[in-house]
Amino acid sequence: MSEKVVLERDDLRRTLRRIAHEIAEANPEPERLAIVGIHTRGAVIARRLHALVGELTEAETPIGDLDISFYRDDVGAQSPATQPVVHSSHIDFDLTGRTVVLVDDVLFTGRTVRAAVDALFDYGRPQRVQLAVLCDRGHRELPIRPDYVGKNLPTARAERVNVRLEETDEVDEVTISEPRAAEAVL
Amino acid sequence: MKHLLAIKDLDREGIEAILDRAESFAEVGRRDIKKVPTLRGRTVVSLFYESSTRTSASFELAAKRLSADLISLKAAGSSVDKGESLKDTCATLSAYDPAAIVIRHPYAGAAQLVADWSEAAVVNAGDGKHEHPSQALLDLFTLRRRLDSLEGKRIWIVGDVLHSRVARSNLVAFQAMGAEVTVCGPPALIPRGIEQLGCEVSYSLERLGEADVVYALRLQRERMAESFVPSIREYAAHFQIDSRRLGPRQLLMHPGPVNRGVELSGEVIDSPQSLMTEQVASGLVVRMAILYELLAAGPQRPVSAADEPEQSPTPIGQPA
Repeated sequence: MSEKVVLERDDLRRTLRRIAHEIAEANPEPERLAIVGIHTRGAVIARRLHALVGELTEAETPIGDLDISFYRDDVGAQSPATQPVVHSSHIDFDLTGRTVVLVDDVLFTGRTVRAAVDALFDYGRPQRVQLAVLCDRGHRELPIRPDYVGKNLPTARAERVNVRLEETDEVDEVTISEPRAAEAVL
Repeated sequence: MKHLLAIKDLDREGIEAILDRAESFAEVGRRDIKKVPTLRGRTVVSLFYESSTRTSASFELAAKRLSADLISLKAAGSSVDKGESLKDTCATLSAYDPAAIVIRHPYAGAAQLVADWSEAAVVNAGDGKHEHPSQALLDLFTLRRRLDSLEGKRIWIVGDVLHSRVARSNLVAFQAMGAEVTVCGPPALIPRGIEQLGCEVSYSLERLGEADVVYALRLQRERMAESFVPSIREYAAHFQIDSRRLGPRQLLMHPGPVNRGVELSGEVIDSPQSLMTEQVASGLVVRMAILYELLAAGPQRPVSAADEPEQSPTPIGQPA
């Protein structure tokens, strides 16, 4: 399996700290901010960003997580085995009037984000939705762009970006692997 | 999984997957907007040849909450009244290209026949005295919320086991999750040879105290061509679950509808041990999960990771 590390532990943490600063800077009213992560790893990153933003703004920022399986546009096209693990969404605060920062690990086609925005609006009407991603690997299929990017990763379409986080994978790193190897991961 | 016809179609893992999914639909049910677009553009037919309140209402609401289009047919008031056969009705409905058919029928095997005749995913919502798998799943969901795990728990299924499709499905389902099941009732209402399914049989409530969960069944007088019990009063005297027989730590379940004062006394129905309202609430989310599992987890496709894009995404509205 050929796998190339593109972000190591310290790079990854530094990157998240930078994104947190950008979020704090772009939102002068932190009390109207909310952070919502997309399952699975987006939710983990969201929790880290939430802690970092909290340190910077010293405001109580609500945090939630979102499962988008009911909003996918490829429902029925997946075999059960490749379906993501079942999660529930947890958004127990009012979104209305808030600036919601959606957080995901990798931005690729944009379909996940589209689904997440749809899901979000079933909870309320945020004033603004921003997007923070750890990696942007290109190949967008929808008119979606991130507001905060950790790292731009030029990739071939068939390559796979692996985000690993201590909470879920015992290590903090981002790697790119060849398509063959993709079957072994996940 | 193409159809849900009997509980044995599912292994423990498959059951857990549906229960987990139901848990996330429970979250959807707590939102202001209790609807998700998952089955947008798909058609669900609900075909009820027997009366039903809970099952039909919850399947229909489940389909609507998943944004499917719903055709709801009852035998009374449809062409079935005019003598149309099940096969012809299926052929007619198939013209609407349904993604799923939910069927209840007084004869065992009816759901299997519909599955053979139709392209749609078929959900057995009760076929005669055979099976009622969605009831078993919602009961497992209800119990899992209360007890976490059924491993080693003792469950007594009490009453008219002979006529009960719920008993047949639940017996298999409870055992699949690791519970020990005893069926109990008068000999005339216990099917001969049921112990071959791995349960114990008791003809009296004497040892009811050992049960963690008491699952009472309705005395199905409409299915009794002859007299199976000497009298309702005598049945109640020997087999009614009342506050005297039900211990304070035992949980009580019943698939509904209840004959108050026959298989259950009024006070236990309304007691805090009774899970009956929770069973009804579970019915909705579990049936959403069943429809989701059948319709949204479609055919096999070449291996690629979950978040990879489809080369040619399934157009919205194309049936599975």
